[in-house]
Amino acid sequence: MASGETRAPLGYAVAALSRLAQSDLLDRVGLRRTAEQAVYTATRSGFRTAAAAGRTFARKGRRETGVRVPSATATGRFDLTPTEDEQMLVDVVSEYAAEVVRPAAGEADDACAAPEEVLRASLEIGVPILGVPESLGGITEERSAMAGTLVAEALAKGDMGIAVAALAPGAVATALSLWGTDEQQQTYLPAFTGDEVPAAALALAEPQVLFDAMAPRTSARREGSGFRLTGTKSAVPRGAEAELFVVGAELDGKPALFLVESDAAGIEVVADPSMGVRAAGLTRLELTDVPAELLGEADGTTYAECVRLSRLAWCALAVGTGQAVLDYVIPYVKEREAFGEPVAHRQAVAFMVADMAIELQAMRLVTWRAASRAAQGKEFAREVALARRLCADKGMKIGLDGVQLLGGHGFVKEHPVERWYRDLRALGVMEGGVLV
Amino acid sequence: MINLETPRKHRMLIDQAHQVAMNMLRPISRKYDAAEHSYPKELDMLAAMIDGLSESGTAEGAGATGVSAEQKPTRKADDGGVRNGANLASILSIAEMCWGDTGLLLSMPRQGLGNAAIASVASPEQQERFKGVWAAMAITEPGMGSDSAALTTTATLDGDHYVINGEKIFVTSGERAGAVVVWATLDKSLGRAAIKSFVVEKGTPGMKVERLEHKLGIRASDTAVITFTDCRVPAENLLGSPEIDVKAGFGGAMATFDNTRPMVAAMAIGCARASLDLTRDLLEQAGVTVDYDRPAQVQSAAAAKFLQLEADLEGARLLAMQAAWMADNRKPNSLEASMAKAKAGRVGSDVTLSCVELAGTLGYSEAELLEKWSRDSKILDIFEGTQQIQQLIVARRVLGLSSAELR
Repeated sequence: MASGETRAPLGYAVAALSRLAQSDLLDRVGLRRTAEQAVYTATRSGFRTAAAAGRTFARKGRRETGVRVPSATATGRFDLTPTEDEQMLVDVVSEYAAEVVRPAAGEADDACAAPEEVLRASLEIGVPILGVPESLGGITEERSAMAGTLVAEALAKGDMGIAVAALAPGAVATALSLWGTDEQQQTYLPAFTGDEVPAAALALAEPQVLFDAMAPRTSARREGSGFRLTGTKSAVPRGAEAELFVVGAELDGKPALFLVESDAAGIEVVADPSMGVRAAGLTRLELTDVPAELLGEADGTTYAECVRLSRLAWCALAVGTGQAVLDYVIPYVKEREAFGEPVAHRQAVAFMVADMAIELQAMRLVTWRAASRAAQGKEFAREVALARRLCADKGMKIGLDGVQLLGGHGFVKEHPVERWYRDLRALGVMEGGVLV
Repeated sequence: MINLETPRKHRMLIDQAHQVAMNMLRPISRKYDAAEHSYPKELDMLAAMIDGLSESGTAEGAGATGVSAEQKPTRKADDGGVRNGANLASILSIAEMCWGDTGLLLSMPRQGLGNAAIASVASPEQQERFKGVWAAMAITEPGMGSDSAALTTTATLDGDHYVINGEKIFVTSGERAGAVVVWATLDKSLGRAAIKSFVVEKGTPGMKVERLEHKLGIRASDTAVITFTDCRVPAENLLGSPEIDVKAGFGGAMATFDNTRPMVAAMAIGCARASLDLTRDLLEQAGVTVDYDRPAQVQSAAAAKFLQLEADLEGARLLAMQAAWMADNRKPNSLEASMAKAKAGRVGSDVTLSCVELAGTLGYSEAELLEKWSRDSKILDIFEGTQQIQQLIVARRVLGLSSAELR
């Protein structure tokens, strides 16, 4: 209850009635007509556990700057054509999204987890190593923010939740590639480029009203040559199985990124099933004096870039899911008849579809511009902010109208539009989890 | 390679247009808003300058004449065959000019929408013959706006002339222009396919400017009512083919819109950006700066609103660039042109009106230009196809429905 609420006498009576209704007395005497078997899974009752017992990452490499890929070379021409490599990647990922991800989406949403075999398939097509330099066993030769954006978009057309689950390890691998020291890259990246890719998560969000990603409350303090983190992170994908975390925390008044191994003492992972993006297995991380090491600069620059690149990935996800909604409602409104003709023949319906298409394309172009600037090594803070604003506003509107166009049928789980509605509310809320 | 930055090769043109907008249009913006119907003589010199730039080839597509369906492959295509050509240059420079003043851009000699029509559908011979002519566009009639099938102006072949009869309204620069491109039907019973456009030169007997309208905005631009009474026009002034191809339908005349709609979108974008730029300054003077990294909800309501407006405007801008880029690369762009016009039209209104609200009575007063821009922007969601017509076009294309199915 909101704190301003007080109970009037009638309210107490209703509350008592409610307690009675909730007790099993009615069931024992056979008064309740429908018996509900509550299944106590992670989705309903939640879990609280220590972080996964991760593998031991053998320390290697030197404490010097790691491998850095160059920025993409600007052509100086306005062009909306992906490169051949990007197009090939998008084709493969699109097929995977349509054939593997979409069919698994409904159950994954219920289970609050992406199926093993779906995630395994995502490894086969190289999703986690997209942002890892070729020289470190990955597949990129230059900054891959654009390719990452196109891939996230294509994946989310299958399902946003599974997309986040599949992209989560890649977020950490990309972060290591962008900002890691030689030692950090040599120590951690082989796991991501090998056969047994670990679950891993970028943890930036916190469960705070008016949370400002640029000012995390999770704090870092120095201890010896390392650091200790304390605080709570939220919306952490696959937190229970993750073996490596990149965590945002404040150090000396500036936000910074820290690497945390899952078997470090002081981490508790709590199930945090949310409105949508459920297949990502969202969790909270409760960190109590957890040993960590710094990733990138401590002056706030690395952290700010990370926040922006993560927001960019969320925008790409919104574009993909928005496309899924549009593609779904088009045949529906053309087949569904009312008053003797397809509802699509009415402007009230058709114009909603038109606006959906217009705003979706605007979202896509604004997102692509931010991505291409990031890939070219240009400033992109403003462009990401505009993409995020547009994708939050228009993405949600697309989700809302997707349900509306199906009417009551959109409200029931027979159709996926209610899931996309829940997923698209993530825009403007989420920080971290994914990164391009 | 995906890149949505302003093309390097157009940057100089855009900078020039911006300088003109700032130093020539802005200073006389309020003057011609107040003195409706008086001729902005300052524009003659500007037009001469633009002609000079065009001649020297440094201003590829600096205005309405830049667009063309038949682009000459003047230079080797950029690598991958991707071109940034006259369509993109046109919309970018138009946006800059409208950042200066939309009404004055519309009054620019020799840069009328009729010129865009000529550039889009005229034969090479006609292109040559009408080179340098300032052409206005006459489509709308008292009883017909968006519904072109209801067009009643007729053109009847009589020897080697067409005889035009009818009344046209909302003709931008109809009195100032040297010619008017008039839409008329050869045979009303054959529907839209029979609608053709004719170049009627100023002074042709039977053509009369009846009056000039008093308007909400773009007052620097004259809007004429023109009547045609047994107005005889040489047959060779019919633009495109005189054949009535019922199968091809309305395509010929409508093809103009694929080029002009992104241009009108660009006008809305330029006008809205003027509002946004000034409002940003005014907000900063009041201590409000927009932080792009912090969430909107932890900033002031004004900053949050500003972010939303800026995001919408960026969406509109890139949609217009997409439509022009497709035209430059000869990809069919009717859908994208309408998307751009729909988005830019409504965003233009939202941005300019919201900026007035953000600036309070300062924005509402004639002390600043914000109120003017919010009056100017309204027409941009109306002419060259209203918001609703754009939605209809987009809906039909996206849903794959005919005009009989989705009316």
